[in-house]
Amino acid sequence: MSRRSWVRPLIAMGLVAVTAVVSACGTSGPGETNAGALKIWALEDPVLNKIENLSIDSFKAAGGNASLETFGNDPYKQRLRVAIGSPQAPDLFFNWGGGNLKEYVDAGKVADLTAVLEENKAAKDAFIPSVLNGAKLGDKYYGVPMRGMQPVLLFFNKKVFTEAGAQPPTTWDELLTLVDTFKAKGITPIALAGTQAWTELMWAEYVLDRWAGHEVFQNIRDKGPEGWKDPAVVEAMTKLKELIDRGAFGSSFASVGYDAGGASTILAQGKAAMHLMGTWEYTNQLDQSPDFVKNGDLGWVAFPSIPGGKGDPGNLVGNVSNFYSATQDSKSLDAAKKFVTTELHKDSYIEALVAAGDVPPVVGAEEKLKKSPNPEYASFIYELVLDSKNFQLSWDQDLPADDATFMLTQLQEFFLGKVSPQQFVDAVAAR
Amino acid sequence: MSSQRPSAWYAVPAFTFFALFAALPMLLVIYLSFTAWDGLGTPALNGGENWSRLLDDAEARASVWRTLVLMVVSWLVQTPIALLIGVWAAGKQRSRAVLSSIFFLPLLLSTAAIALLWQALLEPNFGAFVGGPLFLGDPDIALYTVVLVISWQFIPFHTLLYQGAARAVPPSLYEAATIDGASRVSKFLHITLPQLRYTVVTSSVLMLVGSLTTFDTVLILTNGGPGTATRILPLHMYITGFSGFEMGYASAIAVVLVVLGTALSLAVMRWSGFRQMSSQQEGS
Repeated sequence: MSRRSWVRPLIAMGLVAVTAVVSACGTSGPGETNAGALKIWALEDPVLNKIENLSIDSFKAAGGNASLETFGNDPYKQRLRVAIGSPQAPDLFFNWGGGNLKEYVDAGKVADLTAVLEENKAAKDAFIPSVLNGAKLGDKYYGVPMRGMQPVLLFFNKKVFTEAGAQPPTTWDELLTLVDTFKAKGITPIALAGTQAWTELMWAEYVLDRWAGHEVFQNIRDKGPEGWKDPAVVEAMTKLKELIDRGAFGSSFASVGYDAGGASTILAQGKAAMHLMGTWEYTNQLDQSPDFVKNGDLGWVAFPSIPGGKGDPGNLVGNVSNFYSATQDSKSLDAAKKFVTTELHKDSYIEALVAAGDVPPVVGAEEKLKKSPNPEYASFIYELVLDSKNFQLSWDQDLPADDATFMLTQLQEFFLGKVSPQQFVDAVAAR
Repeated sequence: MSSQRPSAWYAVPAFTFFALFAALPMLLVIYLSFTAWDGLGTPALNGGENWSRLLDDAEARASVWRTLVLMVVSWLVQTPIALLIGVWAAGKQRSRAVLSSIFFLPLLLSTAAIALLWQALLEPNFGAFVGGPLFLGDPDIALYTVVLVISWQFIPFHTLLYQGAARAVPPSLYEAATIDGASRVSKFLHITLPQLRYTVVTSSVLMLVGSLTTFDTVLILTNGGPGTATRILPLHMYITGFSGFEMGYASAIAVVLVVLGTALSLAVMRWSGFRQMSSQQEGS
């Protein structure tokens, strides 16, 4: 083949490639979305999505229009990132508040809801202030709570405790003694799903909070390296290291996961005595080991206090709540504002959340909680939140994603004993 | 000449596909590697910042090392096993046919299924080795466990390559050797092995480049853990890009992967004489 005859096909190929790209862009625009409908994105959940759709029905009945799209956890975070600056962006999006939301706020993508909440006092006052603050950045509100509150609790197996003649721990020293008690009986004192770093993070969060008070982490979040260098952080991590070195988590935690057959199951089967986990552990146990819960063997207490520590023993960590935030560039911003100030504290919505076993983020829910499928548990959490002076959002949600990812990696190395408390702090402070 | 070769038009589909899904993304990644981008807003050029950071990143260096270990060890494990089973399975006996179809089973399973299966099997409390070594929980052995799982998954494929190649060895060579009184072992060493030379090269290239880009099995099986014991380079890229949302830095890691992969296959091709490949059979 001569040189010349190569040229034309090559040009044609280039053209084909270009047209393919152009036509792909042309057809992937907004499809058959009905105009004016509020596009709402949330995390997939078979039970809660139904309730979210109820709120949409109620919004429609009042003359509005909205539709819900749901995604799994990791795909959701990635998709939101990509979509939020594009014409595909939702009008209202689910988030965890805190630093996670702050990234979007800093990028100018999230609408300020302060004014509309001030105008609708009834809406603002319906929510528990410390929960509403979960989406408050600076002095502005950027989100409205829309799912249950999920603080982290210390779950325990009552049967195992009774057999050992032990009481659930109220102080750090009692916890240390219990570790020895259960170890002597060949039971893993504390179940830990170490393949997932966020389970280890719960320990670091509570120990630092109880030992040094919640201001220390707030400093870390606001000032970065300066905050980490607070000597209290190394002290708290040293306490945690004592617990790890004492064998509190057994030897195999590094390959235990949180899903079926993991940490929850060894607690249910009595192979482990305690498990620090978010409130969803209850529904998880009910689903996977129903007899364990129904026999009344699943117990729960607040995280023990640390003698000599500065933190308030009532403080909580965990998922404060989930929030709906409105996108700044939304064409239906007014409708979005109307939705979050009318639908999310309606009696019907709150009652549906309670019926699903959630603990709603609103004031005056004591009576409603009696209708919960597990009233004792739900009321316990509700009181715990109402009594708490501070409810710290999980660190990995409250720090920017890159810092959080780095911290979680370092924390796993810390739990494996590859990194000392000082080295952990040096590493995260050097970011 | 042109009458013997198909027109260049025939290459249009392949060319378009390659341009759109390989060349274009690759160029974009090179561009992104010189930017800071958290996935929000627009990428901002930051010069060589990602690249100088990559040079200082101890975790990236460690993950390159882990990738190399994974690559070499899986080659060392897979090649002899696949070669021996492949040659054995090339025999026409019925028992061999039955057994080889069982050996090929892992080929039918998806990577996700394989990873989840082994994860359950190696679970420390409910798995098959309770009380045994912590295959996925001990930082010192987790990487080798990953090699084992990957080998279990891919040996059947390479066995298939060797089986096909071994069947193509002309029987006349063996007949001649038998007449000369060659033993079974020397027939294997002096006829089968040399005849399979290019299959070894092909299979090795697939294995080495494959292990360089292995990702899904490790993601599901260990997610790089315990700690960072199995965080290989592609996983480091993924975690940086899609958990930390540092797209620019993750792109720099991706470029390294592309360069390593290309260099590797070029090197294997060159050293093994793959380019001068010609038939080893009689009459050609």
